[in-house]
Amino acid sequence: MATSNPSVFLLMINGQIEGADFPEYDELYCKYCFVYGHDWAPTSGLEEGISQISSRGRDTRHGLVWNFPVEITFKSTNPFGWPQIVVSVYGPDTFGNDVVRGYGAVHVPVTPGKHVKTIPMFVPESTSRLQKFTSWLMGRRPEFTDPKVIAQGEGREVTRVHSQGSVSFSFNIVTKDMKKLGYDVGHPRDV
Amino acid sequence: MASPSDLREKIRKKRRALQESLAKSKDDVDTQALVTTEMEMSRDRGRTEVEQELSGSQEQQVTTLKQTLKAQRMRRRRKLLSDTTAEATRGEQPMGTELSEVGEPLDSVTKPRSTWHTQRDLPPLPVETPLRRRVAEKLKAARSKAETLLQQEALSEPTSCLQSLRDRETLTRFDVETDPGLLSREAGDLSTAARVKFQDVAHRVRQKAEMETGLPTAEMAYNFFTFNFDPEPQEEPVKHQKKRKSRRRDRAEEEEEEEEEEGDSHREEEEAGAEQEEEQEEGRDEDAPLVGDQGSELFIIDQTAQDFLEVKAVDYVGYHSRVQRESEVLFTPSLRTVPASSKVPENMQPRYMEDEGLYVGERPPMSRVNQNILENRILQQDEGKKWFGDDGRVQALPDPIKQSPTRPPLFSLEGDLDPALQTVYRKALKSKHAGRYIPGAGPGEGHRHCQLDVDVAGLIFSHHPLFSREHVLGARLAQLYDQHLARQSRNLTGLLTDKLNGLRNALRNIKDLHGEQGRSMAMRQRIVEYKEEVKNTRILRNTEQEKDRTLLKSIVKVWKEMKALREFQRFTNTAYKLHLRRELVELQKDEQGFEAEIQTELAELKGEFEDEYQRKMEQYSQQHEEWRTWRRKQARKKKKKAKMRDDGEEEEEEEEEEEQEEEFLGDEPPKPELPEKQDWALAEQQVRERASRWRRRPGEPVLVPEISLSGSITPTEQCPRGEIARREDISKRSLLVKVLYNDKEVSRTDRRTLSSDFRVHFGQIFNLKIVNWPESVRLQVFEVVGSSSSLLAEVFVPLPDTTVLTGSAPFQELEFGSSQRVAFDHEGVGSDVPFSFEVDGSNKLTLLTSGKLSCCISWAVDNNDVPLAPPTSQQPWGVRSGLRQMDAIACIGASGLSDMKKLSKWAAESRLDPNDPSNAMLMQLLTVASSGSMQMPDYFRLEQLQEEFNFVTDEELQRSKRFRLLTLRSQEVAEFRNYKNIPAVEREVSEKVFQDYERRLQEGEVIDTRDHLDAHRALVAKYLQKVQESVVNRFLISKHHFILSDLVQEDEVPSIGVLGLNLFKLAEPKRPLKPQRKERKKVTAQNLSDGDIKVLVNIIRAYDIPIRKPLSSKPAMASKSARSFKEPFAAGQSSQSALQGGDWPLSQSQIRPFVEVSFQRTVCQTTTADGPNPCWNEELELPFSAPNGDYSTSSLQSMKDEVFINIFDEMVFDITEDERERGSSVHTRIERHWLGSVKIPFSTVYLQSRIDGTFKVQSPAVLLGYSKERSLASEGGYDAVRCLSEGSFITLFITIQPQLIPGESVRERFDTQEEERLLQAAEVFQRDAALCFPGRPCITTVIDINGRAVFVTRYIRALSPPQELLDAFPNSPQETMDLVARYVSLIPSLPDSVSFAGICDIWSTCDQFLTLLAGDEEEHAVLLCNYFLFMKKKAWLIIGTAVPEGPTAYVLTYEQGHYLIWDPSKGQYYGQYDTFCPLQTVGCLINADNVWFNLQPYDAPMRMSFDVTRSKLWKPFFSRAFPNPGLSSVQPEEIAYNRPDKAAAAELQDRIEKVLKEKIMEWRPRHPTRWNRYCTSTLRHFLPKLELSGGRDVGEEHRLELHNLLGDYRISGFPLHMAFSELHPLMEMVYSTGVHNVEAPSIEFALAVYVHPYPSSVLSVWVYLASLVRTR
Repeated sequence: MATSNPSVFLLMINGQIEGADFPEYDELYCKYCFVYGHDWAPTSGLEEGISQISSRGRDTRHGLVWNFPVEITFKSTNPFGWPQIVVSVYGPDTFGNDVVRGYGAVHVPVTPGKHVKTIPMFVPESTSRLQKFTSWLMGRRPEFTDPKVIAQGEGREVTRVHSQGSVSFSFNIVTKDMKKLGYDVGHPRDV
Repeated sequence: MASPSDLREKIRKKRRALQESLAKSKDDVDTQALVTTEMEMSRDRGRTEVEQELSGSQEQQVTTLKQTLKAQRMRRRRKLLSDTTAEATRGEQPMGTELSEVGEPLDSVTKPRSTWHTQRDLPPLPVETPLRRRVAEKLKAARSKAETLLQQEALSEPTSCLQSLRDRETLTRFDVETDPGLLSREAGDLSTAARVKFQDVAHRVRQKAEMETGLPTAEMAYNFFTFNFDPEPQEEPVKHQKKRKSRRRDRAEEEEEEEEEEGDSHREEEEAGAEQEEEQEEGRDEDAPLVGDQGSELFIIDQTAQDFLEVKAVDYVGYHSRVQRESEVLFTPSLRTVPASSKVPENMQPRYMEDEGLYVGERPPMSRVNQNILENRILQQDEGKKWFGDDGRVQALPDPIKQSPTRPPLFSLEGDLDPALQTVYRKALKSKHAGRYIPGAGPGEGHRHCQLDVDVAGLIFSHHPLFSREHVLGARLAQLYDQHLARQSRNLTGLLTDKLNGLRNALRNIKDLHGEQGRSMAMRQRIVEYKEEVKNTRILRNTEQEKDRTLLKSIVKVWKEMKALREFQRFTNTAYKLHLRRELVELQKDEQGFEAEIQTELAELKGEFEDEYQRKMEQYSQQHEEWRTWRRKQARKKKKKAKMRDDGEEEEEEEEEEEQEEEFLGDEPPKPELPEKQDWALAEQQVRERASRWRRRPGEPVLVPEISLSGSITPTEQCPRGEIARREDISKRSLLVKVLYNDKEVSRTDRRTLSSDFRVHFGQIFNLKIVNWPESVRLQVFEVVGSSSSLLAEVFVPLPDTTVLTGSAPFQELEFGSSQRVAFDHEGVGSDVPFSFEVDGSNKLTLLTSGKLSCCISWAVDNNDVPLAPPTSQQPWGVRSGLRQMDAIACIGASGLSDMKKLSKWAAESRLDPNDPSNAMLMQLLTVASSGSMQMPDYFRLEQLQEEFNFVTDEELQRSKRFRLLTLRSQEVAEFRNYKNIPAVEREVSEKVFQDYERRLQEGEVIDTRDHLDAHRALVAKYLQKVQESVVNRFLISKHHFILSDLVQEDEVPSIGVLGLNLFKLAEPKRPLKPQRKERKKVTAQNLSDGDIKVLVNIIRAYDIPIRKPLSSKPAMASKSARSFKEPFAAGQSSQSALQGGDWPLSQSQIRPFVEVSFQRTVCQTTTADGPNPCWNEELELPFSAPNGDYSTSSLQSMKDEVFINIFDEMVFDITEDERERGSSVHTRIERHWLGSVKIPFSTVYLQSRIDGTFKVQSPAVLLGYSKERSLASEGGYDAVRCLSEGSFITLFITIQPQLIPGESVRERFDTQEEERLLQAAEVFQRDAALCFPGRPCITTVIDINGRAVFVTRYIRALSPPQELLDAFPNSPQETMDLVARYVSLIPSLPDSVSFAGICDIWSTCDQFLTLLAGDEEEHAVLLCNYFLFMKKKAWLIIGTAVPEGPTAYVLTYEQGHYLIWDPSKGQYYGQYDTFCPLQTVGCLINADNVWFNLQPYDAPMRMSFDVTRSKLWKPFFSRAFPNPGLSSVQPEEIAYNRPDKAAAAELQDRIEKVLKEKIMEWRPRHPTRWNRYCTSTLRHFLPKLELSGGRDVGEEHRLELHNLLGDYRISGFPLHMAFSELHPLMEMVYSTGVHNVEAPSIEFALAVYVHPYPSSVLSVWVYLASLVRTR
């Protein structure tokens, strides 16, 4: 089946959103989606997903665990626009309103092998104190119009964010035919 | 006797006590000031030292010592016991009472002491030594003294004093004794103080002991004992001390005991610390017998020491005395107020300034107490009074606290500033030169850049600081030789000689031909001219010859000097070698030639002299004559004078003077005759002399100097040191040249080392691709020594003319120089430093660094041999250089360079010498065509290293399809903007991908006239496309600029109003039955796909649909009523009775209309209703698909699709052929007849999100077979109003489901040329307007076609409409207005949102509008308004909203008390109170002077007043506060109109007709389409009439006419009318009528087209479409 002259290369991502570390918040869930360039197309797997709500552990680490699997395969002709995974975390605030707790994005690792990434998360800030107060009161915090904007650099200069928490993500990367198409991503990392 | 352990215990305790006492005494030494103890201690110390010495020397006595010591100890013990018992009886009594009084804790402490005492009692030692005795005596004395003191104290102490206090005081007393100066009382607890002291003491004892005994640490001591060494005598003193101390302890019993008591309670704590010591002691104890022997002798010494010891009772100072003593030192300021008298100087009264009326500032507040303290304190000091003022208060500043913090001023901002430094605001000016781009570089004429090639060949130094002397000469030689070569190449002498010969020949010829007599005047003149020329040329030649010769001479001279120098310095630096080549000549011939030359010259000279002479003679004779006449006068005068001679000396003198003057004048002429002969000889001599001097002597060989560089340079090692240093210096230096274009460095050459011959070769060519006008090109020569470079010289290179092209441009040698002073200590001569060639140093020479830079600047030529030079015609500089002014080229002007005719004319006029070498270039230019061989320039890269980083080469990038695809995609080229999955490998990219793109590119170049039918429109379309492209590009750029709301969704802070409303809502009762409108969900357009969006059309009802007309009915002739503005909409047609059509095959109602909605070729229709006022109330749903599946906002906005709403009449024909079947079966054919349509562009729906209202149906002027039904039934009420209008109306509601969010306009601040103040005012005005009435549009500034903001009133200016229109109805202004409005409406409308997708509303000026022939409502309105203004009407622009356009512009005119509202894009007008006026709201009015914003409560035109003078209703922009600054108009003064082109119109008409006929046949694929020619021609005749009448009121006539002609046909048809823009909308319109759908078998069609041309290619198109069915 393997052709000697492939026209696309494949990138298979097996991984999971392991958990998060949000020192102040509890009962969070997360969404993920992929952002990729024009030359990329998912061939199998889910591009987007939403996890269960996870409560804080009782142990000393107080970690949130999702262990939410992510499996997707991309095909592409061009490394330009390499996929990024965008994770956004939501949870209830003190009034029970569902508010966003963090956005974060990371490029899918280029080299094959196992990678564990910790994605620092951030949320947009309110434009003014008053806004901040009312948004807190109404439970409608500022959100990005589209979580995907955090995978792009354009227009970010107009936003102000503050960072909170982090999400850890483990990837297992398998690529196919990249070298045949002339893309050398270096030695695969030892698993 | 007790057991040994008991004994040991006892001893230990004793020792401890001893140690403590010792510690006490030691402490005393440290702290006590008492002389006695001091003395004692010093003695003590001295004694221990002695002991040490003794112990060191008297080892042999150890044994005896031990014994004696033992005995001594025993004795002492006994003594101690007896002492203590005695003491117990005497001294303890008062103490004991005291102690018992202290209380419980002390009791417990006393217990062990008592046991201790008893234990101590055990060994009695009655032995008395003299010392002991003495000591005992002293002790006794001291004790008695202490007792007396105690008793005294007890007496002096007040009885009320508490015992504890007394107890404390005993201790205090102790302290006072130790340090009487110390005033601090021990405030702390007694026990703690004691504990501290005790610990301290213990510590010190340990230290002291160590120091005294030489035992460094306790550990060492411990080790010593545990290791069981032999006993050392060092221990002795401890023992002695112990004994001594025990004795002293007795002496200080009282104090000691107290100490002990207090110390006891802390002994436990102390024990841990003292444990080691104790062990040590223990060890010592065990060893005691060893040391004991020594003790006896030591004790003797001790005895001597004790002699000096004076025991004295502690001095006690009583409390009061102490207080007294203290009061001498201490001062406690009192809190009481100081009496004023003590503060002021004596015998003075305090003086209060305030009472005297002087101002006294307010003092800072201060508490009274503090003030008193301060005053008291001050008074205590010497001269304390000087701190007090006259008023007896402390002197103080009024308020020393500054209210505000100050800092040193930086500089005073106002006043002091130098007026020269003051900033002055000036409005920014457009610089004429900055950023001046070369025209033609713009996109309009295709990308054409200019390229300047700068070739830096190299440079030669004519002088350099590193020149050796020889170099200087060499340079001079080379220079001379160059000069020589240059002269030789020019060969001036030869040329002049030739010229001279030629002239002579010519002269001779003339003379020969014409002889002397036959000379005409002109001839003579010519001869004279020739002679003059000969003379000049000869002189010139002679000077040239002279120059040649001197040059040659100097060359030889320099060479000789150089040779001499080389010999002198014994080395050679330069390779110069001069050869003089001799060319031998024949002596004979040479001589002859020489002589002949001289002879001719002489002859000429002679001739010249003769001429001169003759001329002079003439002059002379003339003057002589004058002189003679004068003379005669003089004679007469003299006579007169002689008579007057007697008058006086003075006069005589005067006269003589006069005479002399006159004689002098008279003497002038007669002389010239004489010198001639002499001159001649002299002249000959001169000539010969000159010839010999300047010319080669006959026979002398011709010397040709040749300089070669073949000479050998002495190798460096053979040179003297100075020279070596110079050469080394040279090798260190390198040079580089920077190229500066317009004062910006664009490039630089590589560094080249300076060679020994001071020539540097660069040979680098820089291709400068330029966009700015060249102002200057500079070359900077840098000299680099090591890493530092210095600017040596700067050379301005003249800019080349546009004709100077690469390949043909000559190299220029530009001289440069530097005045830098450089001096060396080696052979280099330096620069600006005098040096000499002479040995004696005379004849000094100072040379400056100079040289020549060889370079060439020219304009590049591209591969098509097109020079890449800027166009010459627009050279903005006038005369750029002084050099050029002298030039022939400058005389004509730079533009003349390209004008060869002008140049040749100038050449002819100025009679250029074709042989003159300086003219050679010009001559060549004149004769040879300017275009020579051109060569392809290769590009110059500014980033030279770019190539290193290039991914692939540019060619590869261009060649590769894949890369090209990627590039185009990243450039966001429309075709590839969202291209997905660009193949990974080259071969998979198909060629097809680029087809569309390339075609588009090509189309851009070639104008495709096929689609446009009209060349002008094709051009316009192309132009429009370009404008659109540029705007879209800008839009794309601005799309990458984000604002916060693009990225972050955030709720607005609720305003008070909203909060209040919400609160009210909470309070209001819930009414479940009250329906509430829910806001529809808005959807962003991006995430949509086909089928998601639907267009909903709700057709509610229609009014006044024409009804069918029975064929047979004889209509009354329609009388055309004159229309007037007063009654503009009075129905012209007499109403006809709506008869039930008896002719119809089936008895049907008068009309059965239905509505068909078509959108994107999807058709939906309603059910059929009945009657002229049907009501459908049906919702139709049409799917919507975006072009190319692109649901982005911009793509949706630019959709040109329209929603067509057509009203049809459904007719049912019975086509049952067989009458017998009629009963059983129904066989009918349904036909539908188009009645009218409404078009609504999708973009309007999209932008407005919903369209709701009643619209006028665009129905044809004539509907064959139909007539307007007039509701006769009711003549009042609503119908009456409605009847006033003509035409049918339909009520609609259109929206898009789900609601799309319309794109926002670009948030870009457009650049502008308006004044800032105006813009600000406009902003404020608009903001205020939006605040008061958010729904009312208000416009102050608009964007013109160049994207600049322009104030809107500039658009309004009276403009003349085409003269044809004005002439059409000279007598009727109303008709003219109608016609003008019609003309304006015929200009096709193209919404800006379509062409400039959602970007902005662009207002073009009227001439642009007429050129483009497309525009928005605004353009129509502005044009119409301007026309009306020209026609002296009162006209305004209305900015408002209308259905269905949304925000739009209308025109308001004022006519005889009525306001009329004109819809400029339809050419219709409405009265102010017209119900069906599409204008819904009026926002503001604009005319040329002002903008008024509507402040009225209502904005519907019906309910408002248009009187702009009432400022309560209309808010003016320019008011008295801000007057109109007199804005000039952006409109042209006049619009030039093209004549209507009838021929083109006719041609277009034919083409349209042909195309439409083809289309109709195409649309009927299953049926034959027959054309009724007869009908067609009839219709064609009829169309011009319709055009003339403007499509009104001809229906009846026309129908009758047709009826007569085609009586046996059932005709249904109508004329369609529209403004012509393109063919496509026409076809759409014809298609939408559905005429082609009639499928009756015998159907025939008629189609006629008429195109009426108006000025400026405005075309009105009529299409008459009819279907005919033969009725038999």
